[in-house]
Parts: sequence; structure tokens; C-alpha cells
Amino acid sequence: MTSTPTPVRKRSALTKGQLPKYAPYVVLGVALVLGAAILALIGFNAFGWGVVSAILFAAGLVGWSAAVEGSRKAKDKLATCLVVGAFLVALLPLISVIWTVMVNGIPGLLNPGFLGTSMNGVTGVFDNRAAEGTGPVVGGIYHALIGTLQITLLATVISVPVGLLTAIYLVEYGNDRPLARAITFFVDVMTGIPSIVAGLFAAAFFFAVVGPGTKTGAVAAVALSVLMIPVVVRSSEEMLKIVPNELREAAYALGVRKWRTILKVVIPTAISGIASGVTLAIARVIGETAPILVTAGFATSINNNVFGGWMASLPTFIYTQILNPTSPSNPDPSSQRAWGAALVLIILVMLLNLGARLIARVFAPKAGR
Amino acid sequence: MSKRIDVKDLNVYYGNFLAVEDVSINIEAKSVTAFIGPSGCGKSTFLRTLNRMHEVLPGARVEGEVLLDGDNLYGPGVDPVTVRSQIGMVFQRPNPFPTMSIRDNVLAGVKLNNQKISKGEADALVERSLRGANLWNEVKDRLEKPGSGLSGGQQQRLCIARAIAVEPQVILMDEPCSALDPISTLAVEDLINELKDQYTVVIVTHNMQQAARVSDKTAFFNIAGTGKPGKLIEFAETSTIFNNPSQNATEDYVSGRFG
Repeated sequence: MTSTPTPVRKRSALTKGQLPKYAPYVVLGVALVLGAAILALIGFNAFGWGVVSAILFAAGLVGWSAAVEGSRKAKDKLATCLVVGAFLVALLPLISVIWTVMVNGIPGLLNPGFLGTSMNGVTGVFDNRAAEGTGPVVGGIYHALIGTLQITLLATVISVPVGLLTAIYLVEYGNDRPLARAITFFVDVMTGIPSIVAGLFAAAFFFAVVGPGTKTGAVAAVALSVLMIPVVVRSSEEMLKIVPNELREAAYALGVRKWRTILKVVIPTAISGIASGVTLAIARVIGETAPILVTAGFATSINNNVFGGWMASLPTFIYTQILNPTSPSNPDPSSQRAWGAALVLIILVMLLNLGARLIARVFAPKAGR
Repeated sequence: MSKRIDVKDLNVYYGNFLAVEDVSINIEAKSVTAFIGPSGCGKSTFLRTLNRMHEVLPGARVEGEVLLDGDNLYGPGVDPVTVRSQIGMVFQRPNPFPTMSIRDNVLAGVKLNNQKISKGEADALVERSLRGANLWNEVKDRLEKPGSGLSGGQQQRLCIARAIAVEPQVILMDEPCSALDPISTLAVEDLINELKDQYTVVIVTHNMQQAARVSDKTAFFNIAGTGKPGKLIEFAETSTIFNNPSQNATEDYVSGRFG
């Protein structure tokens, strides 16, 4: 066997031309400068600069790539540009919302007593003084925070058992029977109910059962659970469905009854998904405004009884502060409080989402060795 | 602690489809019986009727009798849960409970039924079952770790330990080695040989060498064509089935002429 010497070549036959590593940065820099120049001709603004630069960047990079690397790589670059562009477009509103709420909300949130006091006794006189600079902005969201937490908690207490048991029926006992199909259909319909309709339903229901004019936190909780139950059913159903049938059979083969199998094998296996689904359902309803307006009214003082009397909540607090400022002539203190409440609401939703992730991680089946 | 099974004229249906037709078979206590046959011939279906596991599938039903030491499993008022606690089952793919530790997997039959058991008894049961499944030495230092962290062969032996922890009369195995490598298969086969001292073992297998190695008696199932019911063709001593079968179809199958 003779060994043939490897011919010395400058470039591998398996590669084509390649753009240098710094190519995207160069194109980006050129695109930014060119974009600024073009915008300067027609009047500069930041948004237009971003759009024009992005188009120039994509065209430049794809064109350069097509010239050096060939059409396949150029198409790849084009797809990458489109994907990243779509991602940035989707991200913009989110960042913009968070930025706006932070900028406007932080002064309200840092105001002493904002989280610890209610609006009880806060009148236009105080706000006029605050606007003139002769007094502090007084009043806070304590009553609304308490209301939101209580109403949402009660709605969760109502929705989770109903929703989870429905999902268990659908997955474990339904067998595609007419009843199961009907439930699935109506759950789908419920998912699309406008929230104000849910609020009107709860209000009308309590007017008929308890008495006209019944407006309490509990009525609002019922309205929210009408919105929440379909979400809980759907997410729990999906989670129960992906529990492998083999686990149920393994339990049956050990002589375990069906309800025990569900309680001790199926639900523990799916609990992480169920718990995060429930948390996301809570996040979905915690910001509802319309159903709470028609069911719990709006209070300015602290009401710790969810079953009696009008109750404030963060969304209705924001709504009333913006629409009917405490001092009609000087709405600034009111809008400062509204933005502060909005920031608190967003923080609550973010905490719930983080909680969902944490729950999913804590309950997930472990695969350690 | 083992019982015999006598099956008389059993028909198995899925809805209106007759899957297995007219099977009569006598399975001795403390023996290993293997079911062989081509795919789709109804041997797994038939195995699942022996502990009423087929009922889990909607529309499945049987006609005929299955007698466990003379008691009909399908008699009126018989609770399938009682049947399954006497006739355990090991499945094709290892399926330890992912939320439970190795120890809890072994104790699953006890704990899921909420039976009271002291810690000492539980420890003894775990060790006895894992030793019975030839797994004790490999897992004794990590009993609190999840069962899903074991290798496939270890998981299957964990499932066998879980099945024998409830002290059944009969153990059914539905192709227990088809997802395992040869070494793990050997471990499970050795285990089957030991199990027959105490239990009646029925095993479904695609592997004819395995049937020849582990079983005392072998039943050959066949199917006339797609859409036709599976039938029991021949049931005899394993050596007879493989060396001197009375039916031509059996001879064709075991000699590799088809299937």
C-alpha cells in the first residue's frame, strides 16, 4: 500500500466563499449611517431611522452574501433577518408598555403611604393643594389592592375545583360521550364570552337570587370565575391528556382503583402543568375591569369583607381615577395614582408568571440519578 | 402462593370485531407459559383478558370463562380490581411512576391503595421485592432517587419488583424484554426462572429463542389473515412445540418459514 501525498491546496473544495466574521457589524454600521443621512434629507425621526436602517441592513447583508457566498447562504441570511425583525417588532409594544408604565408609575409608587392607605377622605381639596405644590399627594391603593387580591383569590377558589374536576371528567371518564362532547363545546363557547357579559351575568344572577342591587366582591369573583373556568379546564385537560396511558395501566395492574389512580398517579404527574395553567388563568383575570365595575362597584375606603358592600380593585381604581379625577380641575395627582396602580398591577401579573415557572419547576418529575 | 388458570371457550371482542376466537388453555401453577405467534395474532389481547386489563380500552369485552383456581374472573359481581391485585402484570415498555422514588415505586401497590404499613415492614418489603427482582444490589444506595433515572433494563426489573411487591398469584408479562438489550434481557430471563418457584408466570414474546429458554409450556397463536380473529393453534410442552409440533403452521413458524 502506497500512501499518496495530499495535494496542497489553498482552499478546501468543500467550501465556497465566506463572509468575514465582522460582516454583519460593518453592514449594520453602514446601514445606520446611511439611514441617518437619508432621514436627514426628509426630516429626522428616530422611528423612521430604525425602519430605514433595518431595511438597508437586510438588503446590504443579503446582497453582499449573494455576491460572495452564493444564493443559498443569501436566502438563509434573508430568513434570519426576517425572523429577527419579526421578533423585534413583537417585542417593541411590550417594552414600550413596560417603559411607559414604569416612567409614569414610579413616582406614584414611591409616594409615601401609596401602598398603605386608601382613598377614604381624600378630596379634591388635597389634590388642588398638591397640584399647587403646597401639599403632598395623599391617598393610596391599599383598598384596591386588598379588593383585587380577595376577589381574585375567591375566583380561584371557585374556578380551580370546578375546572379541574371538569377536565378530569373529560379526560378520564368522558370517552367522547355526547355529554363530554357537549361540555367541550360549551367550554369553547365560554372561552369566547366577552368579559362584560360575564359581569352582567353574575350581577343579574345575584340580583335574582340575593336581591336587587347586590354588589359585593363575591359577585365579582363569580363573574371572574366564569372567565377563568374555561381557561382552567382547557389547560388542565391538555396536561392530563399528555400523562402516558402506560402509567394508568401500571397502576390498574397493581390493583389500584380508578379514582385512586387519578388522584395519586395521574394528577401528581401532571401537577406542574396544571399549577402553571392555573397561575396563568389568574394572571388572565386579575386585570379584568368591566366585569368588576358592574358587580363590585367602586369603593374609596377599605372593605375587608368580600361578601358585603362595594369593593375596590386595581383595574376599577385606575379606571375611576382617570375618568373621574378626584379633583376635576387638577387631574394630575389622580393620574399619578392611576399610573402607580397600573405599575402595581403589572408587577402582580409578572410575579404570577414567575410563580407559574417556579411551580412548574418545583413540581416537575425529577430525573436525577 | 400461586394459582392455576383455566380458560374455557374464550372469545375476545373490540366492539363488534372478534379479535381472539375460542381459546381454551390450562396454565399450570408454578410454571412458565409462553405465548408466541406473529404480530396482531391476539396473544397480547388474550394475555390482557387474564387480569381484565383489556377492559381499560373502550368497547372491549369477552365471552367465555377464565377460572383462577376454579373461580371465574368474569363471574357476576367480580371486581376487576380484586382480580388485578391477584394477577399482576409487567408491560412491554418499562413504566415506573415518574413522580416517585425507587422505594415508592416498589411500595406503589401498597401506598396507592392507602394500606397502612409500618416503616420496618415497608423496608423489609422493599428489600425483599428488589432482591426478588435481582435489582437490590444495584439500587440499595439510591432508593430515594427517582425511578426514571435508572437504565431501561433496571427500570423493567423495578417494574417487576413493583409487581411482586403486591404478592400476586400470577404474573403476566407482555413482551417484557422487547425494549431491552441482550444483557438486560438475560437478567430478566434469569429472574423469570427464579420467579416460577413462587409464581405462575405467563409471558408473551416475539422472540422464539426466549420462549425456548424460559418456558415450560408454549402456546402458538396464529391469524388466518387481516380482519380474521386470532386463534390458539397449538399448546404443548415447549420442547414438543419446537422439536416435534403436531401442526404444520406451528412447524412453519418455529422453523422460520414465515413470521
